[in-house]
Amino acid sequence: MTDIDYKDSGSILAPLKSLSFFGRASVTEPLEPRLAALRYRGFHLNDWEKCVGCSTCQKVCDNAAITMVKVPALPEDPLQGIRNLRPAIDYGRCCWCALCVDLCPTGSISLSREYVHTCTDDELSSYFVLPDPKGMHNELFGEGWNKTEENDLVDPVRQPMPELAPASRSDNFDEIVHGYDKQQAIIEASRCVQCGMCHDACPTHMDAPEYIRAIWQDDLEEAVRQIYKTNPFAHTCGRVCTHRCETACSIGKRGEPIAIRWLKRYAMDAFSPDQVKDIVGRPGVPASGRKVAIVGSGPAGLTTAYDLARMGHQVTVYEGLDRPGGMPRWGIPEYRLPYASLDADIEVIQAMGVEIRCNTWIGRDISMEQLHLDHDAVVLTLGLQLGRSTRIPGSDHAAVHKAVDLLRWITHGETFDVPRSAVVIGGGNVAMDAARSIARLQRQNFGQVKVTVTALEDFDHFLADDEEVKESAEEGITILDSRGPQACIVEEGRLVGLSTLKVVSIFDEQHRFAPKYDEGDRQVHEGEMIIEAIGQMTDTDLLGEELTESLDWNRGRLQIDDDGCTSAPWLWAAGDMVRGPDVVHAVADGHRTARSIHQFLLALETKGALS
Amino acid sequence: MRAENYEARNHPPSNEFEINFGPNHPGIEGNYALKVKVHGDKVVAARADGGYLHRGFEKLMEQRLWIQNIALVPRICVPDPAPMEVAYSMAVEQLCGLDVPARAQWLRVLQLELSRLAAHLFTFGGHAATTGMYSPMFWGVADRDQLLDLFEELTGGRVYSIYNIPGGVRRDIPEGFLQRLSDTLDYLDSRLPDYDDLLFTNQVFVTRAKETGPITQTQALEWGVTGPNLRATGLAFDVRRDDPYLVYDQLDFDIPTEEPGDAWARTLVRRNELIQSVRILRQIIDLLPRIDGPIRAPIPNPLAWKVPAGEAYVRIESSKGELGWYVVSDGSEKPYRVHIRGPSSMHAVQVLEHLVTGCRIEDVAQIMFSLDACPPEVDR
Repeated sequence: MTDIDYKDSGSILAPLKSLSFFGRASVTEPLEPRLAALRYRGFHLNDWEKCVGCSTCQKVCDNAAITMVKVPALPEDPLQGIRNLRPAIDYGRCCWCALCVDLCPTGSISLSREYVHTCTDDELSSYFVLPDPKGMHNELFGEGWNKTEENDLVDPVRQPMPELAPASRSDNFDEIVHGYDKQQAIIEASRCVQCGMCHDACPTHMDAPEYIRAIWQDDLEEAVRQIYKTNPFAHTCGRVCTHRCETACSIGKRGEPIAIRWLKRYAMDAFSPDQVKDIVGRPGVPASGRKVAIVGSGPAGLTTAYDLARMGHQVTVYEGLDRPGGMPRWGIPEYRLPYASLDADIEVIQAMGVEIRCNTWIGRDISMEQLHLDHDAVVLTLGLQLGRSTRIPGSDHAAVHKAVDLLRWITHGETFDVPRSAVVIGGGNVAMDAARSIARLQRQNFGQVKVTVTALEDFDHFLADDEEVKESAEEGITILDSRGPQACIVEEGRLVGLSTLKVVSIFDEQHRFAPKYDEGDRQVHEGEMIIEAIGQMTDTDLLGEELTESLDWNRGRLQIDDDGCTSAPWLWAAGDMVRGPDVVHAVADGHRTARSIHQFLLALETKGALS
Repeated sequence: MRAENYEARNHPPSNEFEINFGPNHPGIEGNYALKVKVHGDKVVAARADGGYLHRGFEKLMEQRLWIQNIALVPRICVPDPAPMEVAYSMAVEQLCGLDVPARAQWLRVLQLELSRLAAHLFTFGGHAATTGMYSPMFWGVADRDQLLDLFEELTGGRVYSIYNIPGGVRRDIPEGFLQRLSDTLDYLDSRLPDYDDLLFTNQVFVTRAKETGPITQTQALEWGVTGPNLRATGLAFDVRRDDPYLVYDQLDFDIPTEEPGDAWARTLVRRNELIQSVRILRQIIDLLPRIDGPIRAPIPNPLAWKVPAGEAYVRIESSKGELGWYVVSDGSEKPYRVHIRGPSSMHAVQVLEHLVTGCRIEDVAQIMFSLDACPPEVDR
């Protein structure tokens, strides 16, 4: 019950109380513009330096008020995940909820404290605004609602990947990474904002947003279908891809990028090769009757073969070694890429009607001329099988090996004397592969590791992936940066070590390779074996003298046009031998080559019909 | 917009007139019409006629992501938007099994009570205006503006706060906010005697409002009347106390009631609730600094947020009465169905039609405003 006594009409003098109002300030709103609160949600601001044009603001806008507009003057860099699109706001639709601010992956967009805009009837287009850092009318009202830790809706943390601990992995070649389980994969996939930066950055333009979304929806068959649209080396890329996509990922601008590579692996691991064959299917294309030979069964060659076979051509792949797979099989250690995964990819490719002939050296068992005679087109995908040498004194010693040779022996199961101590020259991923493989063999044989990696580059400019460096160190490998190899020290015919000097600079002023050393800082690293991992080259002997002469070359590499065709119209080259440097680039190259060959074969058809 | 209201009819008796009361008129906080049939000054029949503010919120929500709806829901009730956000968020949290951090719950209560204050100031100012007294309305709106300043500071928006998201609230209080809130509450306290002089002990208002549009407690219960309108019939029912949500069970407040159930009692209950809301806010000012922790539970990426399949019903006490939100999810990234049990639809249709019949034409607006119905919430 209330304390109000409404029946009490009060004293007759009660109205005099109103006199007190003469002394009070009246309740008025000031007429001059009022400054909005510090977190006011007014017109948008957008920091064009930070904005990458990912369109996430557009996606979360619940009024469809945001349109992405191309600003040609701005830089565009797909590899870094930067587009020259910027959000434009239709203030006829905007409701100033600021969800665009909360979900912006880069934190570029914010709302200002500015809230007044009027115009005449014929200036209505002034409600469609491309926000910049200056605000709606170039008057600096300052930021209002902006991105803080509190209202940030971007999940910056990646799902942790379960993997073998250093102790349980360093004496075997078991795969280190276990892969996501279903729950982890769905959570990881749900972090994606579907901006498609990954698609633009990927050499083969994989439909990553689509397969990530399919994984999120737990439709793994659809994920596999999306993956196979652009990449028949899905298991392989799901494990060892250099993941340009993750570099470009817009979530990675402030947090950890989506684990796109691991998600691909998760989707692929859910199916056996037979199931994948059913999901991908074989297009019902009639046989064209055209024959294509592919030399080399690496990712470039087999991708070309996969595409051409699906286009109805008869494809034969010639492989000199006893198993197909190329560099991923012979160059990548099993703990990173188990052979069964590679075999699974190849099995699906073979199911498309690709014939792979192993143990067949072109140039020795079959000549190039014969190959040309038997086929309408020939593709060279030879890879980079020959290791380069440092040519320092003593590097011709029998215990100095090339990393590619060593890795191939290990894959092949060839026996060789495992050294008690080894030195690796080089700082790239191949050097790490060699060092970690030798370290595993040492631990198997002797129970301890003595491997030293000497790299020219310092750690700030290191070539190998960060995780390779970290994991190598965990496995007991010593990594020394800024060390330039000088000589392999041989005593009484035995290799005992490598002497190195401290690197002062690697390139000269013209950015040419010309390392300078500090002569005073010399070290000797003990090693019964020295492994050179400073780069590889292609062995093109199989071409034969005549063909080699007739083809165009560019700095020791075969000259090719944009589609991979050499100066001979029937001969293509693809993969590492012409463009580097990894599996996914080789896959992209394979697709390009296959398209070009298909056009060439169609043209043959037309010519045949006309003559 | 009932079709039959606009059909050609036989002429009524010559001493009866049919008046279109609205949709624009001073009796309600939005567009809402009443077809009244008058015999002289006396209303002999009335038909409520809503639909002028129908924007299809419930259907619209089915086409938007769970998170996008937070920008939509406050629009369902303009004078008192906070309960909409909170109830929707609570329903989604219930579906997801999300635990809302304590600090977020306190901040939600802070926002709800501020919103109740603002809504009540608006309402009894409006009620006064329908009796021809415009000063309380000007004062009410001006004082409400002070509360909107606080909303602006806290949430970035003056009317549509869009402050809640499923999982908690979007921002913590800014620096010095509690002091400014305390100052504003002191100011409102100091204004109460003026409102009493001007309105509640003002014989002009008392005489007009007393015994106008009375509801009995039985009628109220039968018609689904809730909130201040129910409490004005003497029943102390308040969801905040009888089915506590958030942290209301840790707060000390009374449920004001009045017996007569007339327009006067309804507005008086609101006036007394102002005092209780100020009391609650003072407790929050004391307690909030002692409650640490996050203001939001982690939620998934809003663009890829699937809420587990199921249904949730949440009820809270808005300034108009009991507000219920029924949300159904089919496990996808958008609601499957949403239904809002707004208190206003009961008040503005069956109760209003009944109360207006038999009253005098000059009381129609007063009865409407004393029921404090919110047309956008009737129409949804």
